[in-house]
Amino acid sequence: MKFCVCIKQVPDVAANVQTGRMVLNAYDASAVEAALALTEAHGGEVHLVLIGPDMAKETIRKALAMGAHEATHLVTTAALDSHAVSRLLAAHFSEAEYDVILTGKQSQDTDAGLAGGMLAEHLGCAYATNAVGLDLEGDSTVVVTRQGDAGQEILALQAPCLVTCSNDMNDPRIPSLKGIMASKKKPLHEREVTPEAGRTELHSTYAPPGREPGIKIEGEPTEQAGELVRLLQDEAGVL
Amino acid sequence: MKTLLVVAALQDGRLKRSTFEVIARTREVAREIGGDVAAVVLHPAARDVAPELMAHGASRVHVVEDPVFDRHLNGPVVDALAAVISEIGPRLVVAPSTESFKDVMGALAARLGAGALPDVSEFGLEGDQVVAVRPVMAAKMMARVSSAEPLVIVSVRSGSYEASRSAVEGEVVPVSFSTRADAPCPVLRDILTAGGGEVDLSEARVVVAAGRGVRDEAGRDLVLELARITGAAIGASRAVVETGLFPATAQIGQTGKVVSPDLYFAIGISGAIQHVAGMVNSRVIVAINKDPDAPIFEYATYGIVGDAFKVLPPLIAAIKAQEGR
Ligand SMILES: Cc1cc2nc3c(=O)[nH]c(=O)nc-3n(C[C@H](O)[C@H](O)[C@H](O)COP(=O)(O)OP(=O)(O)OC[C@H]3O[C@@H](n4cnc5c(N)ncnc54)[C@H](O)[C@@H]3O)c2cc1C
Ligand SMILES: Nc1ncnc2c1ncn2[C@@H]1O[C@H](COP(=O)(O)O)[C@@H](O)[C@H]1O
Repeated sequence: MKFCVCIKQVPDVAANVQTGRMVLNAYDASAVEAALALTEAHGGEVHLVLIGPDMAKETIRKALAMGAHEATHLVTTAALDSHAVSRLLAAHFSEAEYDVILTGKQSQDTDAGLAGGMLAEHLGCAYATNAVGLDLEGDSTVVVTRQGDAGQEILALQAPCLVTCSNDMNDPRIPSLKGIMASKKKPLHEREVTPEAGRTELHSTYAPPGREPGIKIEGEPTEQAGELVRLLQDEAGVL
Repeated sequence: MKTLLVVAALQDGRLKRSTFEVIARTREVAREIGGDVAAVVLHPAARDVAPELMAHGASRVHVVEDPVFDRHLNGPVVDALAAVISEIGPRLVVAPSTESFKDVMGALAARLGAGALPDVSEFGLEGDQVVAVRPVMAAKMMARVSSAEPLVIVSVRSGSYEASRSAVEGEVVPVSFSTRADAPCPVLRDILTAGGGEVDLSEARVVVAAGRGVRDEAGRDLVLELARITGAAIGASRAVVETGLFPATAQIGQTGKVVSPDLYFAIGISGAIQHVAGMVNSRVIVAINKDPDAPIFEYATYGIVGDAFKVLPPLIAAIKAQEGR
């Protein structure tokens, strides 16, 4: 099967200070890992597509170094919302061949979680979101375990289809030195694109109101427990 | 008159509290613009919950009563919601941000050409703009966002608004629906539930959450006992879910669920930002951790530096001693 994974370069949200360091979206890394594991077991290829500026090439190289076969870089410096992303991806997939499209369940920086569903709708294909498990059955059936509200749903989809991946699905491999060397020779197609206008706007960002400084409860465990119960009852009124 | 449409969220045939939170805020926004509030319910017995929606201010309740809605499946949900929304032409569609709604929001917005503002903690209308605030960067930052599209879909984090009643005379509007045989849609084979009868995490007033510090069955038993006597729902960090001690449905954080209870116990949880993203809006946070430098203490209302295995037994005893639980 041919897997196409949509990958995004995002700022490293885990860094304590804004370092400006850019990384492969963790959810997309899991999508790449899932595609690689399935093609290693059943045959097939993994293609990548990324929309972003020149500097995002580094992220494409990383995913190629993990083992993907080929990549397309749709180059633009524009700020994009999920709608604009999904339109560019839909245009790309109207020409590219695929059996299964994988995306992350959300972007780590915006937590939007929209582009996958939007893309599936543009392409008119069946989709599943928030996958924590992915498997193949026969030539064309994709079996997804998705984390739903009350439990895990087991879904069967016929290719061509789209699945959005959770990072709870797997631990993405770290590229090996050999993988890094090989990635430099892999096909990387590049094309300038002009996105259409988004449907949402970002006006400003600000730090959330901090929490009141708390109290540390000292003493032996029994004293600590007693004092905590007293505080929860008398001060906070939550017990 | 402009209509604002609330998409009801149900669990086991009952309205979730987050539906009432969302409808309370939608009522305020409707009052500001002189509009009205309608609701849509997809469920085999949808009209059963209509009186409660009217008691919270929905003057029309559109009910789509097809057996397919007994279980969540994205294809029919998108079809039904798109049909109802096209029929009513609301200014704004508002839904609680459940996993089920997250599953359909993107496709629905694309089908209707709507603006989409997901997982917001505040929303309103300013002139011709729908404005909202939403946490970004794993909730380290808040973003002010807007959409000027004529139709906008907003999903709201649970706990963002207070639920409140405001009864209106309402009418039930049945909507006919049939699944399209040719529509692209997954086939639902099975649902694996973590076990029934538990307190629903996203609705709970008290959450007892375990981390990797709760390292074995003995630790889990202590956590379950604390949850039992406090009437709490059980939460977990990603690291402890990975060990298999707690089910994936219990995961709280950026990948897992967002909760905002009155009381949150973080037991043996370090406080990584991806976990904090899911619980930082809890009213009172209690942290029990043996590492005095664990980041979780930066968020804790009450912090106990100590070994959970030594602190939990006397804590459970002390709570039981109160009012003989
Ligand atoms: C994209 C992304 C999304 C993520 N989403 C989530 C998410 O949704 N939810 C989530 O939780 N994580 C998430 N994570 C993972 C997150 O970064 C952390 O790895 C995880 O939260 C750590 O879990 P923990 O605190 O239980 O474990 P650890 O970090 O290992 O901490 C264990 C803590 O227990 C304490 N401890 C040990 N023994 C005891 C004892 N006997 N008594 C008391 N304390 C003890 C230790 O001092 C330590 O602080 C995500 C990561 C990424 C990259
Ligand atoms: N610039 C991009 N290039 C390629 N894929 C993207 C891009 N932005 C988003 N995606 C895909 O869409 C997913 C989630 O989108 P969203 O959370 O709506 O931004 C990501 O995990 C990616 O798979």
